Amino acid sequence: MELKEKLLSSFMAFEERIDVHSELHDVRTAAIKNFENKGFPTKKDEAWKYTSLNAILKNDFTVFPKEENAVEFNHVKKYFLHEVDTYKVVFIDGVFNSHLSSTTHDGIDICLMSSALNKPKYKMIIDTYFNQIASKDESLTSLNTAFANEGAYIHIPKSKVADKPIEIMYFSTGNEAALLVQPRNLVIVGENSHVQIIERHQSLTENPVLTNSVTEIFAQKRAIVDYYKIQNDTLEANLIDNTYVSQKQESHVSVHTFSFGGNLTRNNLNFYHFGERLTSTLNGITIIGEKQHVDHYTLVKHSTPNCESFQDYKGIYSDRSTGVFNGKVYVEKEAQKTNAFQKSNNILLSDKATINAKPQLEIFADDVKCSHGCTVGQLDETAMFYMQQRGIPKKEAKALLMYAFSNAVIESIKIPELKQRITKIIATKLGVKIGFDL
Amino acid sequence: MLSIKNLHASIGDKEILKGINLEVKAGEIHAIMGPNGAGKSTLASIIAGNENYEVTAGEISLDGEDLSELAPEERAHKGVFLSFQYPVEIPGVSVTNFMRTAINETRKANGLEEMPAKDMLKVIREKSELLEIDRKFLSRSLNEGFSGGEKKRNEIFQMAMLEPKLAILDETDSGLDIDALRIVANGVNKLKSDKNAIVVITHYQRLLDYIVPDFVHVLYNGKIVKSGGKELAHELEEKGYDWIKQEQEA
Repeated sequence: MELKEKLLSSFMAFEERIDVHSELHDVRTAAIKNFENKGFPTKKDEAWKYTSLNAILKNDFTVFPKEENAVEFNHVKKYFLHEVDTYKVVFIDGVFNSHLSSTTHDGIDICLMSSALNKPKYKMIIDTYFNQIASKDESLTSLNTAFANEGAYIHIPKSKVADKPIEIMYFSTGNEAALLVQPRNLVIVGENSHVQIIERHQSLTENPVLTNSVTEIFAQKRAIVDYYKIQNDTLEANLIDNTYVSQKQESHVSVHTFSFGGNLTRNNLNFYHFGERLTSTLNGITIIGEKQHVDHYTLVKHSTPNCESFQDYKGIYSDRSTGVFNGKVYVEKEAQKTNAFQKSNNILLSDKATINAKPQLEIFADDVKCSHGCTVGQLDETAMFYMQQRGIPKKEAKALLMYAFSNAVIESIKIPELKQRITKIIATKLGVKIGFDL
Repeated sequence: MLSIKNLHASIGDKEILKGINLEVKAGEIHAIMGPNGAGKSTLASIIAGNENYEVTAGEISLDGEDLSELAPEERAHKGVFLSFQYPVEIPGVSVTNFMRTAINETRKANGLEEMPAKDMLKVIREKSELLEIDRKFLSRSLNEGFSGGEKKRNEIFQMAMLEPKLAILDETDSGLDIDALRIVANGVNKLKSDKNAIVVITHYQRLLDYIVPDFVHVLYNGKIVKSGGKELAHELEEKGYDWIKQEQEA
């Protein structure tokens, strides 16, 4: 049976387990219908021109994994931050694991999507926010919505600062031959509030995994949200990340995407503006090799005046890896005095590596500052010779140059322990042991 | 110290060096002069191990050890330093970090421990004072946005940090005003000892008033066509390179 058919029939089984009279039922039904009509995207879709899911979809994915998969903390310890205390929301094969988690309801809610969806006390918030900014048209988002049941639920009320960063971890054990997981996260950050979130998907074996994740982020007036995505998974892991951000006036939301691993990674990152003088930041570092594929598909929709958006994506591609950067910026007629900047800098280390960079600017306002720049190059040979001449061996010189190339994005990480961790991952990726504190 | 015998080198199909012979002993300063395109910078690059050039014949050795199979960094570890005519800008790498990496890699290659951070800072302070370099300058990205003079001063600062056996200064005087020239030359002279050697490559005699050579060689069309003492530099200054060209073509 094809995956699509399997999913459609699974939906019926899924529905039997939940309350069909809830309002969510209508949301889910509409979503599965949209997925049924559209199916999985193919390369014929303009938005998926450079990324094919065909090979992955041939796997016989399990949609409902067994619920009792256990993981020892020692086994996964290395994936968490150590030097700093954090809240933790941990899932194993899509199922919440209380043993590894550290949640809270003390003034702020850091807990489970399943409780929020099912407990009456969250009903008002769920009705106001759930599936409000996520696309109802995009088929993979609809597929996630149809099965949306578990994930992280984060609600920081007005004028609160989350006292610790939050780590959202999705582990897959490989106890299933092939696993499809569809996490659904909801993040609501109230007026004047501040939160830092780290999200990571990690497969613990070599069995194939496909994660189709949807995250909705709502930043109220003057809220500050820093969101970091660490993508350093095994070569059998595939990730489709759909993130939707809704911002109100004077809010600052930044999403940093670090793509170092995985087989195929697609990041659909969408920002929508609902207020003036707000700032959106989209940063990324991609360092991949072998036959890895990473596709950054970003959208910033400027609908209100006096807002700013900054995009800075660095990519280093070796072997036969392929990268895509498709950055869309819409500036609507009302969005006067918009500042929108977009940069995509790429280095190809091999003749067989490819990058497809496609900036798309659609500007309907007449008093704006918008710019975009894409560069594709090789490592500077003269710089290499210069560094080697001073005694720095070729491999280290190369690493130093690549680190320097990504430095602007690394510097924008606001959690020092995370910055160290990312630096360490980069050094490991580049196969060197030199200290990088530039 | 440095011994070059019958060195031939080319880039692509073009032969640039056509049989160079040069002996440099410890404690000596040699100047290599010559018109544009004579092959001066190529010679400097080849000694440092630039792989863009192909050595087709001859040999280069340092203290009796053949350099030809060594990578640029291995030559650096043995004490070869090249001050670049056009120092490369490396955004995102600070001068301090670059120097620390360079020194520690060199120490590692020579079987030494990394230099403790405290000592490193001390050496950096001393050497930057020698070159009259502002401390703020050291935390800036390497050569990025530096003026011509700052770049050259920074090259000599790096030379002071690395204390090479053999320093080759490729057109270090170009782009320097008279004050910067004095600072750079003063720095070089202070670094000079009877254990190291310096090869100054220059088009003009100006720098040689400050860094006084023991020997002057004239490179023309890929060969050393004339050698002499420091007075040869003055003669060249007076008569120009046409004199050499005419002599060669005669």
